Amino acid sequence: MKVSYYPGCSLHGTAKEYDQSVKAVSKALGIELSEVEDWSCCGATSAHSTNFKLSVALPARNLAAVEAGPQKEVMVPCAACFNRFKSTQYYLGHNEALKREIEGVIGRPYRGDAEVLHPLGIFHDRVGLEGLASRVVKKLTGLKPVSYYGCLLLRPPEACRFEDYENPYMLDGILTALGAEVKMWSYKTDCCGGSLTISRTDIVGRLVDRLMTMAREAGANCVVTACPVCMANLDTRAGENVRLPVFYFTELMALAFGLAGPADWFKLHNTDPTPLMGGLGLV
Amino acid sequence: MKTFLEEVNERIGGVPIQRCYHCRKCTAGCPLAFAMEYNPNRVIKMIQMGMKDEVLNSSTIWLCASCETCITRCPNEVDIARMMDVLREMAIREGRTVKEKNILAFHQAFLNSIRSRGRINEPFMMVDYKLKSGDLFSDMGLGINMFMKGKLALISPKTRDLGAVKTIFEKTRNL
Repeated sequence: MKVSYYPGCSLHGTAKEYDQSVKAVSKALGIELSEVEDWSCCGATSAHSTNFKLSVALPARNLAAVEAGPQKEVMVPCAACFNRFKSTQYYLGHNEALKREIEGVIGRPYRGDAEVLHPLGIFHDRVGLEGLASRVVKKLTGLKPVSYYGCLLLRPPEACRFEDYENPYMLDGILTALGAEVKMWSYKTDCCGGSLTISRTDIVGRLVDRLMTMAREAGANCVVTACPVCMANLDTRAGENVRLPVFYFTELMALAFGLAGPADWFKLHNTDPTPLMGGLGLV
Repeated sequence: MKTFLEEVNERIGGVPIQRCYHCRKCTAGCPLAFAMEYNPNRVIKMIQMGMKDEVLNSSTIWLCASCETCITRCPNEVDIARMMDVLREMAIREGRTVKEKNILAFHQAFLNSIRSRGRINEPFMMVDYKLKSGDLFSDMGLGINMFMKGKLALISPKTRDLGAVKTIFEKTRNL
């Protein structure tokens, strides 16, 4: 299958291991990615917190670029970009006057027919769990992750339209297919504090410590996420006595598929996962 | 002249907030409520009572992390997350003294990076934030560590058609 690819700013910076692992896994699964032509930032939390029209115009420019390109389906790995794209489609799809106004702002037609997909959904629904399991050459035996979704892939549900928003299951399914022993917990969709990490680090530290404490209580030895903001906060803001290694789900898929890259990506993490992975014989 | 309630409802453009019957599900599920000056459901009541200064000058509107748990669980579909966006916009427009000035400084640094490059360059955005907030030294160790690992790219590709991005900022400035 061929899809457009919108990396977003994080995947070219602090989340570069997410970018590289998404690309490696997609290639292994026969999914061809073509980067959206001359993309720009989605605006993230800062745009919608301060200027509504700006917050829909910035994603609309990128969605219009997808619509004008060869593939109408676009893979968006960053949960924040995914959320802003979906929200924009929701707002512009429900308000014709706003849509026309935003077309004027971005100076190009916007139809609203691009299909915004998250790699989690593509791997789970299109490739399927059996297809994923058949690719595994190194089972993740001994790895006990909890799935952590955070907010932006799921809420608000009427805009995101992406799995069960109180108890999502795709990540659990994928990690189980890789041979990991997924632990159940009640904090899958709790907030990590998001962009407050820079301006109110104290608050984010408190939220992250609670998540880590609960992950430990569930018997987990690591946390798995699909969001660069969650990754940054969980990986850098947890207290020394509660922290656990954190992974992008695609890093673990690449590891289980026997692809090159995981050992180098793990070096980029702030909380070093190599003692855990080495101890389990996984790297 | 419009009341504060009418103005907020008009800007939200959805369910009127007076549908709230104060079940407090929003506040119970809010991950930031512990740090807020006023709980989310209390803000709704304060808007109805016309307490504009107290609401727009409060820390609550800035501490909302937009996790959207409130709107997801509200039995009356009151879009509290959008309401918080609206209140922040009104506070900025009216030139209010922002109680959580570093949160606004972060948003401004973030948007400046988009305006000047089309995309976020994390090191440049952080320098801009630090100059705006005056918080020069926090996260220095973390930043150096990330830089050494090659995670902070000083040179990153910009959007080529920067004019289009700048036009978006210009045209939405006063909307």
